[in-house]
Amino acid sequence: MIGLAIAYLRDRPLTTALNVLLLAISVAMLVLLLQFGNQARDRFERDMRGIDLVVGSKGSPLQLILSSVFHVDQPTGNIPLSSLQLLRRDPAVKRTVPLALGDSFDGYRIVGTDSSFADLYKTKVASGRSFAAPMEAVLGAKAASETGADLGQEFIGNHGFSEDENGNQSHDHAPFKTVGILEATGTVVDRLILTSYESVWDVHGIAHADEVEGGNQDHGDNAHGQRHRTHSTATLHPPPDMRSPAILQANGTELEPELTALLVTYRNVSGAIRVPSMVNRQTEMQSAVPATETARLLALLGASIDGIRIFAWLLALTGGLAIFVALLNMARSREGDLALLRVMGASRSQVFLTIILEGLITAIMGAVVGWITAHSLISIARSNFPTLADLGLTPWQAAPAEAGLIAAVLAIGAFAALIPALRIYRIDPARTLARG
Amino acid sequence: MQLTVSKVGKTYDAQSVLSGISFEAADEERVLLLGPSGSGKSTLLNIICGLQSADSGWVSIGSEAISPSNGDVIRKRNMGIIFQTLRLVSALSVKANLALAQKLQNGSTDPAMIDQTLERLGIANRAKARPFELSQGEAQRAAIARALVVRPKILIADEPTSALDHANTQTVAELLLEAANDAGATLLVATHDDRLKAHFERTLTLSDGRLES
Repeated sequence: MIGLAIAYLRDRPLTTALNVLLLAISVAMLVLLLQFGNQARDRFERDMRGIDLVVGSKGSPLQLILSSVFHVDQPTGNIPLSSLQLLRRDPAVKRTVPLALGDSFDGYRIVGTDSSFADLYKTKVASGRSFAAPMEAVLGAKAASETGADLGQEFIGNHGFSEDENGNQSHDHAPFKTVGILEATGTVVDRLILTSYESVWDVHGIAHADEVEGGNQDHGDNAHGQRHRTHSTATLHPPPDMRSPAILQANGTELEPELTALLVTYRNVSGAIRVPSMVNRQTEMQSAVPATETARLLALLGASIDGIRIFAWLLALTGGLAIFVALLNMARSREGDLALLRVMGASRSQVFLTIILEGLITAIMGAVVGWITAHSLISIARSNFPTLADLGLTPWQAAPAEAGLIAAVLAIGAFAALIPALRIYRIDPARTLARG
Repeated sequence: MQLTVSKVGKTYDAQSVLSGISFEAADEERVLLLGPSGSGKSTLLNIICGLQSADSGWVSIGSEAISPSNGDVIRKRNMGIIFQTLRLVSALSVKANLALAQKLQNGSTDPAMIDQTLERLGIANRAKARPFELSQGEAQRAAIARALVVRPKILIADEPTSALDHANTQTVAELLLEAANDAGATLLVATHDDRLKAHFERTLTLSDGRLES
């Protein structure tokens, strides 16, 4: 009966192709929505894990979260170094991770931080060791594999976050040395290059000592602080056009050591009540809760996504309706054939099943074509839009919900065939044969 | 296989279409059921094939009474049926039609037998043709082939020569007889075409729903 159902579908190729196309478009849209939604949500959750609050310069809270947690937007500005001490001293704060942003290498962001970063993201060094001395860098797994960086190799950071963002403003005077490569984490860390925040200051010629009390445990030796002072005055002062106000701000004529953001983990719930208001009272700073901002972002996108989802389901129903109309017309025009099948010994159930199979096979073809199209589109989009790659969108990863979606589309196909099949089931072969 | 028709009667809208039809066709006998259009031939064949129920009387195939409730099974097991117009499934090639007929009957196909049958009926070169690509004569031969490949014990044909010219009529009649002989099947042909009379050892004439004696 499957062979017969396929033969009937091949007998009207245009109708079959159109029905398959309608269902394929709807399945592709639904799979795309599902994949983007699921993978973005998973990625958001992984990247936000352990971060209760982000502290940064005043501006858009969403931008602060996007730039400091997901590393996909420009930072809002800088905050005083003293804010790190302020938060680390707070008894309600368990951990404060400093971030100094502004440069990149081969499109991968260089993040100045300290050992608390590894603690937050639970990173492990796959080869080499963690950064310790100035200008030492550790690369995330993806950053390492894509740039081809190896232990001991030096690289020169660019000003800004992409190669063409600020022309060719390479920090030739201050190369980084690769001392370690991290294990893959499936988080944003895979795409980052980590170094000490003092190294970021060094690159930009910002004079500094070990100002942070109890701050950078990796860089607490006095000789280190002395080296930075020497560098800043002697060799690493950048040209004026590299003093980006968005990245490391000049205060008057002297560049002050500053940070871009702080990732805060509370020790207890009292932190959630007290710390944000304390931060927001500081005139230069704002606090943003990643969960809230992400929820707001998803809610903003949600209305559009829901609209597209409704449209896609309507399209699937239209596909079902098209199958219904095609099969109903077919049932009328093919009554003779089906009566003949009955005469040849096919049972009512077999003839009924032939029609149901036609609907089902159409739906299966639509679902398969739609699924492959959706995942191919993700693959193509990922290759062409770096932001999607940055979001960690994986092209050929089937989501469990896709099985439910495809089952629903198959049900639409089978349901669309039900009435025509019942019509055929009730056929009186004798009367049909009598009509000729 | 023996076919027994006993006192079969059928009424449509208070009008008698068949009345008291009784006859027997012995194993391997060739019987022509002759009658003009509207004489009740098709209704009688439908009842014999288990596609319609009789209002009175009964029909048995071998020792088994046939009715719409068991018609599927008995047709599948014993009968090859050829209709005037509905000859083949439109979406399938001639060969695929024959294979489907075998599959419905046995659950398997016998490609060698299909090729042999098409060869014998002179349409081997049309095996891959679709029904709409066949001439009237070719389509009728293909329908006979479809009825034969299931090795029927009773071969039933309804107006198998209508719309055929004299030469084709003679050929089809000979093919039916040959096929029934080869299959060792009982043959019952219903027609209004009295040119076929010469080919059959026994003719039953149906008029106004009654058999003429």
